[in-house]
Amino acid sequence: MIGILSLQILIPLLGILAVAAIPAKEKSLMKVAAIGFSLATFIASAVMLVRFEIGTSSMQFHEKLSWIPEWGISYNIGIDGISLFLVVLTTLLTPLALLSSWNSIKENIKGFLIAMLALEVGMIGVFLSLDLFLFYVFWEVMLIPMYFLIGIWGGENRIYATIKFMLYTMFGSLLMLVAIFLLYFESVKQFGSPTTDLLMLYKLDLPFDFQLWMFLAFTLSFAIKIPLFPFHTWLPDAHVEAPTAGSVILAGVLLKMGGYGLLRYSLPLFPEATLYMAPYILAVAVFGGIIYGALVAMVQPDMKKLVAYSSVSHMGFVVLGIFVLNQQGVQGALIQMLNHGISTGALFILVGFIYERRHTRMISDYGGLAKVMPFYAASFLIVVLSSLALPGLNGFVGEFLILVGSFKHSIFLTVFAALGVILAAVYLLWMYQRVMFGKITDEKNSALSDLSLREKWVIVPLIVLIIFIGVYPKPILERVEPSVTHLLNRINLNSNGDNQEISPDVSPLRPERN
Amino acid sequence: MVNSTINIVWLIPLFPLIGFLLNGLYGKRIGDKLVGILSSGAIFLSFAASLFLLSKYIGLNQPGAEFHSTLFTWITVADLQVNFSYQIDSLSLLMAVMVTGVAFLIHVYSIGYMKGDAGYARFFSYMNLFTFMMLNLVLADNYLLMFLGWEGVGLCSYLLIGFWYEDEANASAGKKAFIVNRIGDFGFLLGALLLFTTFGSLTFSEIFSQLDGFAVGDGVITAITLLLFVGAIGKSAQIPLYVWLPDAMAGPTPVSALIHAATMVTAGVYMITRSSFLYVLAPTSMALIAVIGAATALFAATIALTQNDIKKVLAYSTISQLGYMFLALGVGAFTAGMFHLLTHAFFKSLMFLAAGSVMHALSNEQDMRYMGGLKKHTPKTYVVFLVGALAISGIPGLSGFFSKDEILWQAYSSSAGNIWFWIVGVIVAGLTAFYIFRLLFLTFHGEPRWKEGNKAHESPNVMTLPLIILALLSVVGGYLGIPAILGGGNKFHHFLQENVAQIPVASMTHTHNEEYTIMAISTAIALAGIFIAYLFYLRRKDLPDTLAIKAKSIYSLLMNKYYVDEIYDLLFVRSTKRLAIALWQKFDVAVIDGIVNGTGKVIIVFGSYLRLTQSGLVQSYAFSIFIGGLLIIGYFIFG
Repeated sequence: MIGILSLQILIPLLGILAVAAIPAKEKSLMKVAAIGFSLATFIASAVMLVRFEIGTSSMQFHEKLSWIPEWGISYNIGIDGISLFLVVLTTLLTPLALLSSWNSIKENIKGFLIAMLALEVGMIGVFLSLDLFLFYVFWEVMLIPMYFLIGIWGGENRIYATIKFMLYTMFGSLLMLVAIFLLYFESVKQFGSPTTDLLMLYKLDLPFDFQLWMFLAFTLSFAIKIPLFPFHTWLPDAHVEAPTAGSVILAGVLLKMGGYGLLRYSLPLFPEATLYMAPYILAVAVFGGIIYGALVAMVQPDMKKLVAYSSVSHMGFVVLGIFVLNQQGVQGALIQMLNHGISTGALFILVGFIYERRHTRMISDYGGLAKVMPFYAASFLIVVLSSLALPGLNGFVGEFLILVGSFKHSIFLTVFAALGVILAAVYLLWMYQRVMFGKITDEKNSALSDLSLREKWVIVPLIVLIIFIGVYPKPILERVEPSVTHLLNRINLNSNGDNQEISPDVSPLRPERN
Repeated sequence: MVNSTINIVWLIPLFPLIGFLLNGLYGKRIGDKLVGILSSGAIFLSFAASLFLLSKYIGLNQPGAEFHSTLFTWITVADLQVNFSYQIDSLSLLMAVMVTGVAFLIHVYSIGYMKGDAGYARFFSYMNLFTFMMLNLVLADNYLLMFLGWEGVGLCSYLLIGFWYEDEANASAGKKAFIVNRIGDFGFLLGALLLFTTFGSLTFSEIFSQLDGFAVGDGVITAITLLLFVGAIGKSAQIPLYVWLPDAMAGPTPVSALIHAATMVTAGVYMITRSSFLYVLAPTSMALIAVIGAATALFAATIALTQNDIKKVLAYSTISQLGYMFLALGVGAFTAGMFHLLTHAFFKSLMFLAAGSVMHALSNEQDMRYMGGLKKHTPKTYVVFLVGALAISGIPGLSGFFSKDEILWQAYSSSAGNIWFWIVGVIVAGLTAFYIFRLLFLTFHGEPRWKEGNKAHESPNVMTLPLIILALLSVVGGYLGIPAILGGGNKFHHFLQENVAQIPVASMTHTHNEEYTIMAISTAIALAGIFIAYLFYLRRKDLPDTLAIKAKSIYSLLMNKYYVDEIYDLLFVRSTKRLAIALWQKFDVAVIDGIVNGTGKVIIVFGSYLRLTQSGLVQSYAFSIFIGGLLIIGYFIFG
């Protein structure tokens, strides 16, 4: 019997085979197949979500198969509150991204669909892996289709963007690989036999200096993904050049791997280094992320670049929440990652809709669209409001929790972080005004059609989530809480020099459920 | 028994929410006629429910009683617990009844005013959403839900100011309002965070019950109250954040009446009254509130003297009157501030709607230089405006007299007040009477100066009826709070006082004679203001121009609103933009990308020597990475 987690890796894999088997002429059939398989993956995710047990920090639906026993490597996957919603986000955004680019991809549709499904496999694998080696494999697997998506189906300047993206990510990956090797040798030293089992590696007793170097290697790789200042400049180019679906996945899921990596690897593996580095990272997150990102976003003439820099600002909040190392901060960061995936995913989808109609992303080419595209304007407004953290919509829940956590840690930093909330209103409403309001100045805009039924099917689910999470975030918060508590206990215990598990019943490993 | 009745409180915000959803989603299909009825009906039901609860509450006869009704959990993480829950007490009920009552009248008026507008359904859905948010603001039992309403009304204000968005200026005014409000909200939010870390809760009653341990002048409480006050400065348009309100007049006139006169802009006054238990522990904050309130009242009133746009005069008047309310709060007269909030809601929304009726008559003319002589053509509008003008001037017998007198008396006699606050208050009273009668004379008296093609006509009943009701309220609204020395016993004060903090009162050394004197002086000043306006604009029409020429620098300073917008633009808007562009181009592009591109070039050049075929295609780059990855994996497995 295949577990519910493996199923979510397997279905898109089967989807790749199916798309590959369909003749290239049958374009619609291929698209339907890809969307069908990604929807099936989402259904599997939904089943997992329903069956996910509240109130425990343990890894659930744990599956472990020996892979290369002499190296201690196994196919080891599981899920807890930290990864749960990121997986659901991935399986939700993939079919929506596919549906949104129904017409926009004209060349090599087969390759595009396969790349998207391969990307999904990689992303889900990254979130589920509990084995360091398996994690690294998925991490790399995920990057390759992303290079292709930007490099083949991207805009005019795609080669530059791809190489830049590659340079950054390869650099990060390489450092992480070295760190993985070192950890591996350390496991041989301490346990007598090699292992890449993450939950075992958590038990390593590492000297501070070693921790610090390891922490830096892992964290740099994650910082590039987030992206954290000053490693963020690949993002605006990658976004601008990527096709809509690529941008949606890039902003919606890929950036979250950075935040996820911090919570799953950097923090629990190297708790003392985490505590040591936290003040520096916090300062970078607030000034380089939240403030700098928002300021630069304000003056972007290109909508996609504006959204890209807004991601730098919003992801700065995530890093802030993580490194204040308290319950509200980390839970806020997790829900902020989910929210950013939904809202920014939606923003890129919306920009994609008008790009398809007008083939320009320049703000100055628009103006007055609210008149001709009222449904579009209303959807855009809700997404913009979510992104500027209006209370009652999803963005507020995350940013408020992060600010609460941050306030407990440092009032000084919180004041500046809260400034970012003002700036978000400035750059988003200014963009909205220039695109939607005023008179239609360009003749080409006067004949634009409002959203089609297909486009509504893409955007409405995201809007429903934006409102639902904003009003009733409890189902998410309560599923996330125990895992965060567990993680924080580990760090705080370690900082007291105690390296033992707290008690058997909160151990991350518990009898397998299936 | 009581509790089960109280639990219907959720109905109050529910009706406008339903109205918003129906009009927002199906407005076009429902048709204009039904949209108007539906949205006004929703507000009426909400008004009825509020009134019902108020009567039940009064029937209880338990002054200070407080009921809570929790709908569901909102945000809960560890020690942070915030619910969607409402609080019923004299303060929230008063506000709910006022908001729904005034909103209902304005909705009805809008049925006529907005007739034929292309965005009819959109207008009413926004108005319903606004009422929903405003009700959340006033009914919330905690600061975070209040903040939801607080930012929610700001959103609706943004949408309604920019309602006619095809005119870029309207859209800009909406954006300005939202952003300036956000600056205030920044303070509110930090205040809420400090409240939470100090008291472990954001719920009013849980916070206020812990205050026994705090001494007067406590630093943390002072910080909290100052931060919350920043929020009030933004929302209630006080110095230095008032700049958005005059621009907000770009919205349709019913919006100005409802949001920018009667309800939303008074949210700051309500919030501080709600937090009065905190404020009485922070005399520094109180003093600041009084000073800012008095300064704003005077400052805005001077600008109102010279404006020619009928709505701008009313906008600056609103800012000035809000300053009056803050002056009251600052001297500890919370119930007096609330009293003025109530009477001002009546007479100011009345005057805005009457101004709308004038604009309706003169094909949307707003410049008073092109009005005049409307008395005969729009008699109902004239009479009701006259009532409003007399009320705001503080003529005895009308509502404004009682509430204004209460504030002036408290500014003078309260232990936190002083003679200077009173002097400023009296000067403002004189200026107010002058500018409002200037408006009245320029608009309704004298010869018509209309632009060509205008045939002034009275508005339909659907618009004049709400005006008449508001005019009646502007008269009798004051009888709720007739002071004791005039035999009234100030019922209003006694109704609220158990839910509001009292400042430690110094021994009463003031005599009844003083109180009578104060009343007499302010009445005399108001009459003088009216007389000067009469002299300037009806008898000696040459005088204003002569004066403008003689005091040219002062006149142009006032005309240009002290150049505050220009100064802000220079100091904040442009410099921020310049900084942002510099960061982007000088740092992001030049420095960081410079390094990255440099590294990239080195690698590519290096690579070109190594590679036999240099295709330059990204596929082949990616392919080589893939092969590299496989080699590493292979090394692991077979190595």
